[in-house]
Amino acid sequence: MPVSSTTKSPIHTPKPQERLKKSEQKRNLFQTGFFLLTNGQLSGYVTGQIYRGPAKHMCVPGLNCYSCPGALGACPMGSLQSGLYDTRQLFPFYVLSLLCFFGLLFGRLVCGLLCPFGFLQDLLAKIPVKKYRLEVQKPQLDRTLRYFKYAILLLLVFMLPFMGRFLPSFMKPWFCKYVCPSGTILAGWPMVSLNPSLQGQIGWLFGWKSLLAIAIVVGAIFIPRFFCRYLCPLGAFYGLFNKFAFFRLSYQASSCIQCGACKRTCPMGIDMPRQNQSAECVRCGRCAAVCPTSCLHTGFKTPDTPGVAKCD
Amino acid sequence: MTHSKQQRLRFGLAALAAAGLIYGLASGQAQAVWQKAVFICMECIGIG
Repeated sequence: MPVSSTTKSPIHTPKPQERLKKSEQKRNLFQTGFFLLTNGQLSGYVTGQIYRGPAKHMCVPGLNCYSCPGALGACPMGSLQSGLYDTRQLFPFYVLSLLCFFGLLFGRLVCGLLCPFGFLQDLLAKIPVKKYRLEVQKPQLDRTLRYFKYAILLLLVFMLPFMGRFLPSFMKPWFCKYVCPSGTILAGWPMVSLNPSLQGQIGWLFGWKSLLAIAIVVGAIFIPRFFCRYLCPLGAFYGLFNKFAFFRLSYQASSCIQCGACKRTCPMGIDMPRQNQSAECVRCGRCAAVCPTSCLHTGFKTPDTPGVAKCD
Repeated sequence: MTHSKQQRLRFGLAALAAAGLIYGLASGQAQAVWQKAVFICMECIGIG
């Protein structure tokens, strides 16, 4: 009996959960690599000295305190705030332009792939406890809380530091000083531990920031990406670019079977796929990985980009 | 938003950001960033 020329060996099509697991492993690996790339001064974790080289002329895209003992770049939030109250500068065009470039290129992919504090929250979310889906249990509260990060961006990052040009007592990085948990965890705790001279200067502010950082960590254990959802001003900024950034999340409604897998797996609690262009989306790609009909795609070129063939 | 409108918006913003970047570099703002970043930020680490 002749062997059919159309006979093919079976192709293993990964199940959605397998694809999700592989996609997450790749993403976590990239996040680890990027963290080591931008915080590669490992000697700093022993000596308690920060890097002072030329790379600190450049801001990293994520929330990465420049006083972290390993940090090789400058923090965009800290640099922006100090530029706003620096009367030697007309306006911090350099930092703001860098942020706009990052936003235009990536949108909130920075949060999903490049931010060390986002990475920390992804790791915390793996702790096997019951997760609270606030967007389901208390949708109105969830919606209201999401506006907090815009208020923090407007007030603590822009307005109050800018007033430092006119009132010397306002000349401080308000967000970094009173809120930023990335500064506390990545910089404050290691630097104070490694430098006895700093230990003697601890006061109420260190206590407040530590308590706040612990509360945010606990929040992130029970609500995935708790800080990104409700408090991060950098995420709020990048989210404004999501609708037109070069890195996109595309959705083909014709292939969608409305199974809800994307919505259930979204760590940001977005009403997927309806709100696929939401400013809340951190472009983690979990929805695309878990979709059984591959109607969601992430990338710089997606099936709905002119000139790109559609995938079925 | 149509694709061509999106493209115009993207490249328009990119051009504005490029102009801001060039101005910022020329006026020494990158140096100002470095000057802030190479000293321990006492506010950031919670010392104040």
